[in-house]
Amino acid sequence: MVAARHDIDELWNGAEELSVLTFNLNGETFAIEATVVQEILDLLPETQVPGSKSFVGSVINFRGKVIPLADIRLAFGMEATEPTIDSRIVVIELDLDGEPTLVGIRTDRVYEVTTLPRAASEPPPSVGMRWRADYIDCLVKRGGEFIILPNLRAIFASQDERSGSAAGNNQGL
Amino acid sequence: MTTLDPIQVFRTEAAELFEQIEAGLLDLLHDLSNQDQIDAVFRGLHTLKGSGAMFGFDALAAFTHHCETAFDRVRKGEVPATAELVACVLGAQDHMKVLVDQPHGGHEEAGDRLLAKLQAAVGEHTGSTVVAPPLPAPAAAASKATTFRLRFRLPANAMANGTNPLGLLDELRELGECSVTADLSAVPGLDEIAPSDLHVGWTVTLTTEQPRSAIEDVFIFVMDDMELEIEEGASTASPQSGPKPAAAPPVHAATSAVAPVPALHPADPAQPAADAKHSKAAENLRVPAERLDELMDRVGELVIAQSRLSQLANSSADIQLRSVSEDVERLSGELRDTMMVLRMVPVTQLFNRFRRLVHDLARETGKMIELEFEGETTEVDKTVIERLADPLVHLVRNSVDHGLELPDERTAAGKARSGRVLLSARQSGGEVIITIKDDGRGIDRDRVRAKAEASGLIQPGQQLMDQELLQLIFQPGFSTAAQVTNLSGRGVGMDVVKKTVEALRGVIDMRSEPGKGSEISLRIPLTLAIIDGLLVRIGTGCYVIPLSAVEECLELSLEQDLRSRGRSFISLRDSLVPFLRLRDLFRTGTPPDPYQKVVVISTGDERVGLVVDQIIGDHQTVIKSMSKLHHDVVTFSGATILGDGSVALILDVAHLVNVGQQQEAQLRAAG
Repeated sequence: MVAARHDIDELWNGAEELSVLTFNLNGETFAIEATVVQEILDLLPETQVPGSKSFVGSVINFRGKVIPLADIRLAFGMEATEPTIDSRIVVIELDLDGEPTLVGIRTDRVYEVTTLPRAASEPPPSVGMRWRADYIDCLVKRGGEFIILPNLRAIFASQDERSGSAAGNNQGL
Repeated sequence: MTTLDPIQVFRTEAAELFEQIEAGLLDLLHDLSNQDQIDAVFRGLHTLKGSGAMFGFDALAAFTHHCETAFDRVRKGEVPATAELVACVLGAQDHMKVLVDQPHGGHEEAGDRLLAKLQAAVGEHTGSTVVAPPLPAPAAAASKATTFRLRFRLPANAMANGTNPLGLLDELRELGECSVTADLSAVPGLDEIAPSDLHVGWTVTLTTEQPRSAIEDVFIFVMDDMELEIEEGASTASPQSGPKPAAAPPVHAATSAVAPVPALHPADPAQPAADAKHSKAAENLRVPAERLDELMDRVGELVIAQSRLSQLANSSADIQLRSVSEDVERLSGELRDTMMVLRMVPVTQLFNRFRRLVHDLARETGKMIELEFEGETTEVDKTVIERLADPLVHLVRNSVDHGLELPDERTAAGKARSGRVLLSARQSGGEVIITIKDDGRGIDRDRVRAKAEASGLIQPGQQLMDQELLQLIFQPGFSTAAQVTNLSGRGVGMDVVKKTVEALRGVIDMRSEPGKGSEISLRIPLTLAIIDGLLVRIGTGCYVIPLSAVEECLELSLEQDLRSRGRSFISLRDSLVPFLRLRDLFRTGTPPDPYQKVVVISTGDERVGLVVDQIIGDHQTVIKSMSKLHHDVVTFSGATILGDGSVALILDVAHLVNVGQQQEAQLRAAG
C-alpha cells in the first residue's frame, strides 16, 4: 500500500489537482493525464498485424506515422465490444524503454477534459477488485462513481514482458 | 528554437578543425616536404588555439600552443617534418580532443608526457638544424636583396573579423626596407562611407633578403579572402620606376590610380576563385539530422495526401481539379526526389576515418600499408554511412591484421614490401557496393575448417562449397586469429558485421585467393527510407514485398494447389521450391481467391515461394518502422502507408525464407 501511495504522489507530483481526459471503456469511466494525450481521433481504417498480441493487434496511420492501436480493455479482462458511433481513438505518448512512443487507445466514448482533486483520490483496494491492482494508479471518487486512473506504464510494460513468450509462438509462423 | 550553446558551437568547430588537421598531417606523411600541408596544419592549430581561448578552453589553448610552436618551427624550415613528429602531433591531437570534451578534467600529466615526446621529436632535430641552415641559406643567397612590389586589399569586413591591417604592415616592415602607400581609390564619398568597413588598399615596395614565401607568410591567415599581388623584380628595371613616384604625396594618387587599373586585371583570375570559395561556404548548411527526418516525414505525408487527391480527381469530371491534381502530383514527386538527395553524403566522410586508423595500425603492427580509395564521391544515405562505420573499421582491421603480411614475409612471397588496402565504393542500380580489398595472404581455408570443426559449427570432414566455407567466418563466435591482438577481437566479431549489414538490408560477398589477398564486398541499398516494393493482397490485407528480393511471379494452378496440400513444394524449372501459404500463416479467415499466385523470393541462393491472393503491382514504399510494441512480430520488417491512407505491412524476406527453409528441412527429415 505504501508503494501505491507513492505512485499516487508521483502522479500528482505535489499539485492538488490533476488535469485529465475522461473516457468510457465498457461502462467504466477511465482517466488519462491530459498532458500525455496527443489527439482524439474518429475511428480510422485499421491494419491487422498477423502474429501480434491481441492487446496491440493492429496499427493505424496517424498523420503519416504508423502507430500501434492498443485495446486496454483486454488488460482489464473486459469484453472487446463492437465499435459504435461514439467510439474514438485517443492517441497518447508513452515512454517505452526511454523511447517516446505514440500509441492509440480504443475507447467506447470520450467525455471531457477535467480536473481531479488529489484529496478525492485513493489507492486501489487490495481485495475485492476484478482487476490487477498494479494496473491502476488510483481511483478518484466523483459523484456516485469511481474514475479509474490506469497505470499505463505498468500495462504496456507487462504486455512487453508477455511478448517474450508470444515471440516464441510466432517462431512457428 | 533554442539559442545555440556557444560551447557546443565551439565543439562542432573544433571537430571540423581536428578533421582538417588530421587530414593535413596524414597527407604530410606522404610528402614530408609539402609546404601547403604544413601550412594547413599550422593554420588549423592556430585557429584551434585562438577559438579555444576565446571560449574558455584554457587548458586546450595552452596545450595547443605548444604544438603550434613546434609546427611553426617546421613551417619556417628550422626543423624538418618527420614521421615521428607527425605521429606525435596526431597523438597530441587526440589529447586535444579529450581537452575539448572535458575541459576541467585535470589531464595535465598526460599532456606533459605528450609535450615531452613532442619536444623530443622536435629537439632531436634541433641537432640537425646545424645541418639545416645551409638549406635556407642558398635560397637567401640567391635572392640577395630583391625588391618586391605588393598590392593588397583586404575584404571590407576584415576589421570586423579582427584583422589588423597595421599589424600586417608592421610585419612587412620587419622583413626589410619598405615603403608603403595607401591606395585610396576605393574610398567612397563621405555619405556612403561605413565607418567599420575597410576601404583602403596598400601598395608596398619592399626590399628584402627573405624569399617570396616569407612575404606570403605574413598574409597566411587572411589569404583566403584578400586580393594579393606580388611582383618580383630589380628596382632598376625601367617600367617599375613609374610607381616609385607613387610614394609621393596623394596629389599623384589620381595618376597612380590609373596604374592599378591594368594591374587589377592580373588579379582578376584570383577574384573568381575567391568568389567561388565564398559561395561554396555559403551553400553549405549544417542541419541537424532530426530536422531532415522531420522534413522527410512531412514529405511522406504529402505524398500520401497527394495520392488521395489524385484518386478524388480521377473519379471526378472536373477538368480543373484534375489539372491541379496533376501539378501537385508532379511537384510532390520532385519534392520527394530532392528530399532523398538531401540525405545523401559522399562516402569520403566515411573513408577519411580510415586514414588515421591505417596509420595507427601500421605503427602498431610494423607492417607497411598503402591505403587507397576509389569512388569516394559516391553518395549514400547519411544513416547508412553512420551505421557502416563500425563494421568497416572491423573489416579494415581484419584486412591489416590477418590479411597483410610483414614486409619481410612479403618480400619472401615475391610481393612489394608494402601491403595494399583498397577501399572502393560504387553505385550500381539502387545499391552501393563498398569493397575492401587487400593483397595479403588471403584466407587460410584449412584454418577456417579446423576452427569450425573445433567449435562444432560443422561436422569433421563435412563437404562444403568454397563459398560456404568462407561464410563460416560470419558465424557468431568465430575467430581465426590465433592470438587476440590489440587490433582485432575487440568485441565486434564478423557476425556483428554481418548482422549490421543485414539490418541495412545489405549483403556481404566474400572472395579470397590464398597468397593473393581477399576481397569483401558490401552491397547496401542507397537509402533506408524508400524501397521499391511489390504490393500484394492476402485475404483483405495489403502487404509489401521488397522488389529486390522478388525473383518471379507465377500462378499456382488448381492442380498444383490441390496436390501440394500435403507437401508445400512447387517445382520450378526442375528444382523444388518450398512455399508458404501466407493466408494460413496470417490466419485471414477469408475464402481464398480462385486463382492463387506465387511470388518467388530469394536471399542469395535460397528461394521460397509465397502464396498470395492477388498481385496488385509495384509500389514506391516509404518505410516506416514499427513501434516497440510490435518488436516481437518477426514476420514484418516495417510498414508503409498506401495511397488511400491505409497501412500496409512490409514482409521480412530473410525471415520468411528461413521459415521456408526450416519447413523444407523438416519435410526432408520426415520423408
